[in-house]
Amino acid sequence: MIEKILSKKEFNDWLKELRKSFEMIGPKTQGEQIDFAPLAGDSAPELSFQNSRLSPKGFVQPASEKMFQFTVNPEDPEAHILKEILQETSSRLVVGIRPCDARAFNLVQLNFVNPDIQDPWWRQGRERLTLMGLGCSNPCSTCFCTSVGGGPFDGSGLDLLMFDLDQDYLIQACSENGEALLKAGPGKTSTEEDQKKAAQLKTKAEESIAAQVSTDHLKDQPLLGLFNAPFWDEVQFACINCGTCTYLCPTCWCFDIQDEVHGLEGIRMRNWDSCMYPLFTLHGSGHNPRGEKVQRVRQRFMHKLKYYVDKYENGVACVGCGRCVQFCPVNIDIRRVCQLMNDYKAN
Amino acid sequence: MIIRPIRGGVVVENPYLPYPVRIDQVITETEDRNLKTFKFVFLNPEDEEKFAYHPGQFAELSIAGKGEIPIGIASSPTEKGFLLFTVNKTGLVTTFLHNMREGEIMGVRGPLGNWYPLDQMEGKNIVIVAGGFAFTTLRSTIVYLLNPANRSRFKDITVIYGARTPGMLIYKDELAAWEARDDIKVHITVDGTDDPDWKYNIGFVPAITEKKAPSSQDAFALVCGPPIMIKFTQPVLEKLGFSSERIIMSLENRMKCGIGLCGRCSVGPEFVCKDGPVFTLAKLNTLPKEY
Repeated sequence: MIEKILSKKEFNDWLKELRKSFEMIGPKTQGEQIDFAPLAGDSAPELSFQNSRLSPKGFVQPASEKMFQFTVNPEDPEAHILKEILQETSSRLVVGIRPCDARAFNLVQLNFVNPDIQDPWWRQGRERLTLMGLGCSNPCSTCFCTSVGGGPFDGSGLDLLMFDLDQDYLIQACSENGEALLKAGPGKTSTEEDQKKAAQLKTKAEESIAAQVSTDHLKDQPLLGLFNAPFWDEVQFACINCGTCTYLCPTCWCFDIQDEVHGLEGIRMRNWDSCMYPLFTLHGSGHNPRGEKVQRVRQRFMHKLKYYVDKYENGVACVGCGRCVQFCPVNIDIRRVCQLMNDYKAN
Repeated sequence: MIIRPIRGGVVVENPYLPYPVRIDQVITETEDRNLKTFKFVFLNPEDEEKFAYHPGQFAELSIAGKGEIPIGIASSPTEKGFLLFTVNKTGLVTTFLHNMREGEIMGVRGPLGNWYPLDQMEGKNIVIVAGGFAFTTLRSTIVYLLNPANRSRFKDITVIYGARTPGMLIYKDELAAWEARDDIKVHITVDGTDDPDWKYNIGFVPAITEKKAPSSQDAFALVCGPPIMIKFTQPVLEKLGFSSERIIMSLENRMKCGIGLCGRCSVGPEFVCKDGPVFTLAKLNTLPKEY
């Protein structure tokens, strides 16, 4: 895979050029936070940030998305029959996505696009995206990507990976798509000096991630042993079931399906949902298999750190972005829960 | 453009899009009027072929503007030209459906989930134990087994089916007809009745199962019913010698997508909608009891 060195001026000019082929999405100040948003006009991505508050998963699986439309007009011979909706398919370039969030798409893809079934909207949402990621020179204190199979400069989920070398960007192609774009773009081949600087940046960033979480025993832990472990009572104690962790998490994908009718026209839509809420599993009869808070908290951690591990043999369904650690109002820390699960020994 | 899934290079239909159907008949099954059977006919005859199903599978019944409900398919694949679903009036969609009439248009999405492993049961005895309205996919199974093309592939078929009262039994006419046949043993029971003309059993399903003691020799048991019935039937079957690999059950959980994606019907790493609803007791013993 090729890599190039671009001055920041060259880089900005290149983005302008790329706008001809792509809708541009990048980090943008939204109130007090940075979040990913379409960059209208010539507005440049704000690339001096640690990480966005929300993961950019919404560009593949929006928080709310139309599935079908219908009419309930009794005069219409097609009344009550659901109709497919035209979907946007234009290409989008996400500039500045963090390696962890990009890798999350690879993990979630196993759920939505697999040999058994294919979710048409997720697949299309993902296919629209080209990911130009920005390596993390300055990881957050809550980051632990290096413990879960990623890294601050991991290109496995990306098309292109940027190293910020102050005056320049060193850009590596990480996919064929990325290589084609980079070849056609400006800049010159990186020198040995540039490569050395990039390698130093990477090493420094990796070393700055203090958290070390072990996941090596999760696969071998007996499923029911972990499920029945006594530590869940203590883990769930402070949880208020607010669902913040699931909304911020780049690998939480659960959704709800709802119909809405206004006048005679209606839509079927899907919305993000959360295993933290009792309604998620409530039966019509009133019975609820996860009616207790401890059952819901356990479900979230077991899904990411045990069920997913067993089912796909692809590691844990966590990329170590640290958002849930950072924003949990009662300081539940997935790094600690993961360690408890990994170290657990049933009596 | 319209987005559809692609499998092996071929564009296939959107798995969330229901087939349009017309309500052809509505049958009130029980004296409390809480259970009605809906007979649907596909608006587009070619959709019937796409909806090729097995006994034990379910479908999402879809009402535009109300939503979808996962319901077991009560008709048998040997019955052509229609689908049957027996629906308990419980929530928003089922209540709305109970008020719909013959001729109205709605949707059916499926077939979904796995099915009873009838292929494995060829040449074996089959014992069916059911209670209340959890008899729907077992009706599908019985009709399938009794079809002349299939009956000779299986040995003895025994059915134990009970409800609270005679008026709460579903498919009453068919039950009576099966009871009169000699190629299937049917034990109908009710928890209690003051009907002096009641000519079948009185007693809870587990007790009648114990009394009739169907042999576990070379046999599979299909069990479907309310949790309390399952709880007390399981030890009876074990006592009769059925191994947990040969006790087959069907689960229910709240569902939305029906295809293993939306997350809510999970039981450990399994989804009731996609990996189930049919599980052996042996499999269930390895999973959390989150159903």
